[in-house]
Amino acid sequence: MTETAGTYGTEFFVRWLEAVAEAVEREADRLTELDAAIGDADHGANLRRGFTAVRKALEEEPPTAPGAVLVAAGKQLISTVGGASGPLYGTLLRRAGKALGDDPQVTRERFAGALGEGVEAVSRLGGAAPGDKTMLDALGPGVEGLKVSFSAGRDRAGEGAAGTVPLRARKGRASYLGERSAGHEDPGAASSALLFAALAATARAEAADGTRTDGEGAA
Amino acid sequence: MSAGRDDDGRGGGGMSAGRVGIVLVSHSAGVAAAVAELARGLAGGGDTAPVRPAGGTPGGGLGTSAELIAEAARAVDGGAGVALLVDLGSAVLTVKALLAEGGELPEGARLVDAPFVEGAVAAVVTASAGAGLDEVAAAASEAYTYRKE
Repeated sequence: MTETAGTYGTEFFVRWLEAVAEAVEREADRLTELDAAIGDADHGANLRRGFTAVRKALEEEPPTAPGAVLVAAGKQLISTVGGASGPLYGTLLRRAGKALGDDPQVTRERFAGALGEGVEAVSRLGGAAPGDKTMLDALGPGVEGLKVSFSAGRDRAGEGAAGTVPLRARKGRASYLGERSAGHEDPGAASSALLFAALAATARAEAADGTRTDGEGAA
Repeated sequence: MSAGRDDDGRGGGGMSAGRVGIVLVSHSAGVAAAVAELARGLAGGGDTAPVRPAGGTPGGGLGTSAELIAEAARAVDGGAGVALLVDLGSAVLTVKALLAEGGELPEGARLVDAPFVEGAVAAVVTASAGAGLDEVAAAASEAYTYRKE
């Protein structure tokens, strides 16, 4: 194992995005059902298309630093998703990637800070605030949790997503529904929680399987 | 990416050289194309400023395509700037995200805050008359102030 304890390299971030792609694949129907209730029923399919493109891009042109992984992924999402989640998730990852710069290894705390910058950029792009029943309601708590631990990030993001159920949407297509948007989990918050769940799972696998990396982390 | 296009626009001596280009971004290919046709028609037809629709997804579905937007913006870029008008949701966010990135849209590309149909007509009329990007953007935005009752 070549990684310094407590830091994460390029391979870790590639594995994380692969885990997200798998989670999106697995949960696509649920995301689309949530979106059918208050949106236009394309969230699962859109994200599946986006993260499939992310996987392909990372395989074809493997980036050489964690920041570059996130920037490349963000770019793919903006280009391929076709719905609002493309520019929003794309901006999240791209801004976080830029914040990490060229560093070959980053700590969890550093990544949490970079992701926090991404969340702020998402908030500016969409003009949404916490409590508007959007992805921010999972991303914000997720980043706060990530400052403590990967599993806290997963838990807080999941709680944040579940917490959108009673809220009334104030942004996006769901906001046209007014009161009728209450009683449904926001699909963007649900997919945001998947990002943090995949991150915790990737970190757990890394910790449990530390001897397996065979120098993969050397990049 | 835009440098070659600038040269093409300036050196080509075509009818649209030096005029502001207009890109109309809608969730629907049909809406974008029809609004482009309407705006050209109301601008007098013939020698109008370059206008390109960027509607729907490459597969023909409803949605927004960064690729179609970038392609349309390059096609209308004659070096005098490109005004992008958008309908809603992901059309707005995609153009904003592309502009924030830099390098994906031509130099001088700008998101114009305007109603889609009325703004498109105002933009094409003013751009065809030779107005600069600021003037085109202002005319399109001003379309918000026209009340219908």
